[in-house]
Amino acid sequence: MSKNREIPPMHPASAVDFLPLAQLRDVQFTRLKFIVQRAYDNVALFRKRMNERKLKPGDLRTMEDIVKLPFTVKTDLRDTYPYGMAASPLQEIVRFHASSGTTGKPIVVAYTKEDLDDWTRAMVRSFAACGVHSGDIVQNAYGYGLFTGGLGAHYGAEALGASVIPISGGNTDRQIMILKDFGVTVICCTPSYFLHLIERAAELGMDIKEMPLSIGVFGAEPWTENMRERIEAGSGIKAYDIYGLSEIVGPGVAMECTHQAGPHIFEDMFYPEIIDSKTLEPLSDGTEGELVLTTLCKRAMPMIRYRTRDITSLEPARCACGRTLRRIRRIGRRSDDMLIIRGVNLFPSQIEAALLKVEGTLPHYQIIVDRQKGLDTLEVQVEVTNEALSDTVGGLEQLQKQLARSIEGITGLRPALKLVAPRTIQRSEGKARRVIDKRIL
Amino acid sequence: MKLKQLSVFLENKPGALSEPCRLLAKAGISIQTFSLADTREFGILRLVVEDSDKARRLLQRNGFAVKVTKVVVLEVPDRPGGLAAILDALDGTGINVKYAYGFTVRRENKGVLVFCFDDPDAAIRVLQKQGINVEGGAGLLKRSKS
Repeated sequence: MSKNREIPPMHPASAVDFLPLAQLRDVQFTRLKFIVQRAYDNVALFRKRMNERKLKPGDLRTMEDIVKLPFTVKTDLRDTYPYGMAASPLQEIVRFHASSGTTGKPIVVAYTKEDLDDWTRAMVRSFAACGVHSGDIVQNAYGYGLFTGGLGAHYGAEALGASVIPISGGNTDRQIMILKDFGVTVICCTPSYFLHLIERAAELGMDIKEMPLSIGVFGAEPWTENMRERIEAGSGIKAYDIYGLSEIVGPGVAMECTHQAGPHIFEDMFYPEIIDSKTLEPLSDGTEGELVLTTLCKRAMPMIRYRTRDITSLEPARCACGRTLRRIRRIGRRSDDMLIIRGVNLFPSQIEAALLKVEGTLPHYQIIVDRQKGLDTLEVQVEVTNEALSDTVGGLEQLQKQLARSIEGITGLRPALKLVAPRTIQRSEGKARRVIDKRIL
Repeated sequence: MKLKQLSVFLENKPGALSEPCRLLAKAGISIQTFSLADTREFGILRLVVEDSDKARRLLQRNGFAVKVTKVVVLEVPDRPGGLAAILDALDGTGINVKYAYGFTVRRENKGVLVFCFDDPDAAIRVLQKQGINVEGGAGLLKRSKS
C-alpha cells in the first residue's frame, strides 16, 4: 500500500550502526569505564552506592562486570531534584528538560553542549535508519518545551538537512492544512495522534493517501502492530517506531530501520540489559524482562543501569539491514503501574496526591483511560464523602473543579472529573481497582 | 425555627432517588418535606425528616454520603405575598438565600417554607423583628402529615 520511495544512500552518521561487533564491544567498554568514573567522581548518590558495595570504577575489568554496578531508578531523580544527579557544573550545562513527577515536582534532566550534539547525532541516525534524508519536509508535531520529544526531533531533523516545520502539538485542522499545502513527506508525532489526523482529514474531505507524506516517526507512547497496520492502510505511509525516555536522553535511544522489525538500540551510546524485575538478575538475549539502560556518553547526567520499567526483550538475531545493533521487541507493558496518556507519564499515585491535597483524606477513586478519535481520554471518578459533600449544586461543582485543577497541576493532564456515590466503585478483596484502561492499542 | 436538613448525594440515573426513600420507609421514618437539585451528572436530595439523626445514621450506614445543614422553617399565610413578605424583610440585610423550597397546607390555609440562609441565626432575628412566624413552621410540618 505504501507510496513508492527510493531508499537513499547511507547517511555518514549511520556508519556506526554497522560497526563490527568486536569493535562495538570495545567502544562500549571504553565508554563505560569513562562514564562510571565520571559518575563516581561527581555524583554523590552513585559514589555512596559504589562504596556500599566496596566497588571502585577500576574494578570494571570487562563489559560483563556492568552487572556489579548499582541500579538507578526514577525516584533517585525525584529525591535529588533538581540538580542532585548532575555530574557537570552549571557552567557546562546548556539545557534542561523535565517530565512530570508524583508530587508536582518534575524529573529534571540536564545536557552539556556535547550531550546535545550526541543526542542530535542519535536522532540523525534515527531518521536516517528509516530513510529520511535532506530534501524531506518534516512536520514535527511533538510538543516543544520541557518535553524532550519536540526539540529532540527538531534538532535531529535539522542536522540531517531536512526542512523542518516546528508546528508542535495540537490544532489538528492546521496540521492537516500544512501537511497538504507544504507537501510534507515525514511526520513526527504519537501514533494515536496520527490516527486522529487520518480520521480528521477524512472528515474534512481529504485523503492523506493522496498527499506526498510517506514516513511517520511515531513514539512517546506504547503501540502495537495492529496500530501500525491501521496507520499504513489508512494513509499509505510507512510507520516507524522510535523509542526513548527523557531520563536517558529523550527520543533516539532506539529506532526502527526500513525493515520495521523492532527498534535498534544505538548501543554505542546507550547500553542495554534485560533483567528480571523481581530478582534483578540479568537475563539473556531473547528472554523477556525489564529493560535497563546505561548512558555511555552523557556527561551532564550519566545514568548508570537505569531501570526503565519497560518490559521487552533483546532480539538476538541479526536484522536484515545488516546493523550490528541489537533490537528491542515492541514494548507492550511495564513492570510498574505507570500509564502513558497523550505521551505524558501518569502514575496513579499522582492522582492520589492530587485528591488528598483537596480533600484532606483520600477518597475512593478510579482512573478510566480510553481513546476517542485517536486521542487518549482520562476520566477520574471520585466517590463523594460525607466530609466533602455540599448541600448545593454550586458547592459540588466547585469541588469537581478543584479536584480536576489539582490533578492537572500535578500531572499536566486535564481529566474529566466525575463525582460518584459512595461504594459505587468496584472493589475486589476490599481494594478498589484503580485503573481501567479501555484503550485498544 | 432551625431544623436539621439532610442532603444526600445521588447519581443522576434511574432508580437513584427511590433507594434512600425506600430505606427511610422501611425504618418508619417519615419525610416531612424534600427538594431535589440536579445537574446532568448528579443530584442532591434535600430532606427534612422527623428524626434526622436516626435517618442520617441509617443512610450513611447504607453507603450514602449525607451532609447535615441547619435550615430555617417558616410558617406563612397561604395567600399572595406570603413569600414576598419574607424576602422583603431580608432586603438590605445582606443575608443571602442559598436555596429554598416549600409547600402549602390547604386545610390550615398556611404555607411552610424551608430556607437555607448563609447566616440562619441573623435571618431568624431579622424575621422575628418583622413579625414573621419563625416558630410555627416545625409544628405545621408535623401536623401536615396526618
